[in-house]
Amino acid sequence: MNNRNEHSVSLNVNGRHYQLDIQPWVSLLDVLREHLHFTGTKKGCDHGQCGACTVLVNGKRILSCLTLGVMKDGAQITTIEGISNGENLHPVQKAFIEHDAFQCGYCTPGQICSAVGMLGENKAQTREEVQELMSGNLCRCGANKGIIDAVMAVKEGGYNE
Amino acid sequence: MPDAITELNGDIRNKLVAGGTNINDLLKYFITKADKLVDINPIKDFNSIFRLENGGVRLGALHTNADTAYDPIIEECYPLLSKAILAGASAQIRNMATNGGNLLQRTRCYYFYDINTPCNKRDPGSGCSAINGYNRIHAILGQSESCIAVFPSDMCVALAALDAVVNIDGPEGERTLPFADFHRIPGDTPHIDNNLTYGEIISGIDIPKKGFEKNYSYLKLRDRSSYSFALVSVATALDIEDSTIKEARIALGGVAHKPWRVIEAEDFLKEKQPSRENFAIAADIILEGAKGYKHNSFKIELAKRAIIRNCIMALNPETQRPGAKPSL
Ligand SMILES: Cc1cc2nc3c(=O)[nH]c(=O)nc-3n(C[C@H](O)[C@H](O)[C@H](O)COP(=O)(O)OP(=O)(O)OC[C@H]3O[C@@H](n4cnc5c(N)ncnc54)[C@H](O)[C@@H]3O)c2cc1C
Ligand code: SF4
Ligand code: FES
Ligand code: FES
Repeated sequence: MNNRNEHSVSLNVNGRHYQLDIQPWVSLLDVLREHLHFTGTKKGCDHGQCGACTVLVNGKRILSCLTLGVMKDGAQITTIEGISNGENLHPVQKAFIEHDAFQCGYCTPGQICSAVGMLGENKAQTREEVQELMSGNLCRCGANKGIIDAVMAVKEGGYNE
Repeated sequence: MPDAITELNGDIRNKLVAGGTNINDLLKYFITKADKLVDINPIKDFNSIFRLENGGVRLGALHTNADTAYDPIIEECYPLLSKAILAGASAQIRNMATNGGNLLQRTRCYYFYDINTPCNKRDPGSGCSAINGYNRIHAILGQSESCIAVFPSDMCVALAALDAVVNIDGPEGERTLPFADFHRIPGDTPHIDNNLTYGEIISGIDIPKKGFEKNYSYLKLRDRSSYSFALVSVATALDIEDSTIKEARIALGGVAHKPWRVIEAEDFLKEKQPSRENFAIAADIILEGAKGYKHNSFKIELAKRAIIRNCIMALNPETQRPGAKPSL
């Protein structure tokens, strides 16, 4: 800890290594947006109630607003900027475009990271189960039907890398 | 004793953080203050689920809610617990939230969260804004003139029904508390949620062998069908032989300052037929003495109906599927 109360933290974000000095009260969300300028991850509520800040930490979807940067020392983090393979969109991204899964787009980075996390968990098979396990991402534009359609289309194998 | 306890240094201004889903939120609202946060995630001993010699199972305090709900032992032998955990919060939050933190989450009373209003739980002696305020989500059982808040956990409703035991480590050594004695009613000290003393740490939660995996059900009623706290929830576990109830456990969530069980109701059901009439009598016993306020009196009737419906669903757990028809 230095005299500005900063702790040295190492993070791997979207495959790149970063060494930073951060104050202990800074949320992972603010580390990503304000320190590293990955502004794709959105701050909706900052209180765990909307899912806009969803990112993958060591492959698992979590809310970056409710954890601290210093608690993720050494972690592998994937934000929306790291979901595609270069110019090659991830199947979930392609499906979102084709199924009209967004309107304003504010919730979309969180929805996509959440959907990618959910597919990895492999706990949702039916449409109802997908709806239930995607309920942690609110969409104020009401694009939910398109979002669930897109996720189901990926599950049914309609999209490949 | 884990180093984390030493790091707290007996100073109440220092706090522990596990998943962070509750404490980090409370810190942002200035409801909780901390000079120092001690991250307990490095304590590897608290991060597993394993079988105990007595046939039960230990849930590590730092195991996440998601990993607990999807653990093969829990899914197979304690499906009531899986169901209750999965009824809570969202997938992202369950990936972060830990079992120990779940027991220690604080109420969702709106006034507790609003630092501009009086609240005996947040600021002892300042008064209770909810009693004469908007109290739709508040308690109908066990509350006091000082506080009518409810404890919001789903997981803990199932743990109460399963007779879990909380393992505690602290400066004075290790001890255990039966689940029924872990949380408390508010009385005139609503700022104290439970019987863990400052400086102590939960190491794990033990569940006895009996998992009621054949006849169980968790029902959660709320204002939207997912990602919302319970208005009323019910965990039912039944042991049925030859169409006779040998043992019944019924725990309620969303109605009191702790998961609510009434042993007289469970005793009444012993050696009885599992019928709608008997479940209705048990529901009446559980809600005896319940008291509603301006906006939450509906919970009394809602809780009775939820108990009856959930006991019927427990007779055939398949009927818990969305859209399934009740078996009675
Ligand atoms: C939007 C939202 C919706 C939610 N919905 C639900 C719901 O529907 N149902 C439900 O049940 N829950 C719900 N939750 C609550 C969630 O389940 C809890 O926040 C979570 O379980 C807390 O665990 P944690 O590990 O994140 O705790 P933390 O926030 O890390 O800690 C909580 C408290 O426990 C203390 N602590 C943690 N671990 C230990 C330990 N081992 N020993 C001693 N002290 C410890 C900390 O010091 C802190 O005071 C919701 C939360 C949010 C944000
Ligand atoms: S019900 Fe309890 S938590 Fe809510 S305002 Fe009253 S004292 Fe505070
Ligand atoms: S910004 Fe994190 S959940 Fe809303
Ligand atoms: S697309 Fe606007 S909030 Fe979801």
